[in-house]
Amino acid sequence: MTKIVLPELGEGITQARVVRWNFREGQQVTPADDVVELVTDKAVFNVPAPASGAITRIYYKEGQEAPVGAVLADLA
Amino acid sequence: MGKQMRVIQAGLIEYTKALEVQKDLVRGVQAGGEDVLLLCEHPATLTLGRATRPQNILAPREELVRRGVAVAEADRGGDVTLHAPGQLVAYPVMDLKRRGRDLGAYLRKLEQASVDFLADFGIVAQGDDSRRGVWAGRAKIASIGIGVSRWVTYHGVGVNVTTDLTLFRLIRPCGLDVAMTSVKELTGRAPAMADAAEGFVQHFSRIFHDEDRSS
Repeated sequence: MTKIVLPELGEGITQARVVRWNFREGQQVTPADDVVELVTDKAVFNVPAPASGAITRIYYKEGQEAPVGAVLADLA
Repeated sequence: MGKQMRVIQAGLIEYTKALEVQKDLVRGVQAGGEDVLLLCEHPATLTLGRATRPQNILAPREELVRRGVAVAEADRGGDVTLHAPGQLVAYPVMDLKRRGRDLGAYLRKLEQASVDFLADFGIVAQGDDSRRGVWAGRAKIASIGIGVSRWVTYHGVGVNVTTDLTLFRLIRPCGLDVAMTSVKELTGRAPAMADAAEGFVQHFSRIFHDEDRSS
């Protein structure tokens, strides 16, 4: 099991909001894929897949806030 | 660290064209190329950040058309903003993996470059952590919104130098009920944009070079 984690974003940034999942549960992703787009107050960024696999579970829906370090999705 | 930064002065360029150029530059930096600072101006364009609420566009579409204002989606943070000639736009394409992977610090440095640039005109400005952007007194003089792809930045900051400030009445800039100002409004000076761009490059380079030396 691999996890897609919201990385540390630096000083003063503790959370980000999920804007858009580019893939759904059950879909295959690779490290070339930007899986999910998130936004902080002034920055938009994507989190790529750390490894190839299928997304088995998404933990944060579009519009939800996730803290840095949170598991956004599981890959298997 | 200490890599050279390439500076591109693109002059007046369509917003969507500048976005394409940035995407190309992002790919180049992701592939290991040197950081780039792209400077330009845009024809009058409203850009909609990811946090845009439709009610922050105050003018009806017909008025935008009549005034020749384009509308473009932007994959950056923040609400609606406006670009127009006389606004110095700086788009740094930088690999933050080489700079500590710190978005917060990067945003503050981008603000600081703008503050130092404005100080050359005798303008006392400051960043604001809760609202972002750069403020001269209670008026906003520069807007910030960035995108990051695999730790490589794009989008950036727009500083009003001689911008037609009446255009901002078309929107609620960044979703805030604030007055926008410019170098020209505050000082009566209207520097050539190429000179303004050169000044910005000096401050930007110094701030990020200092970072290189201290890391």
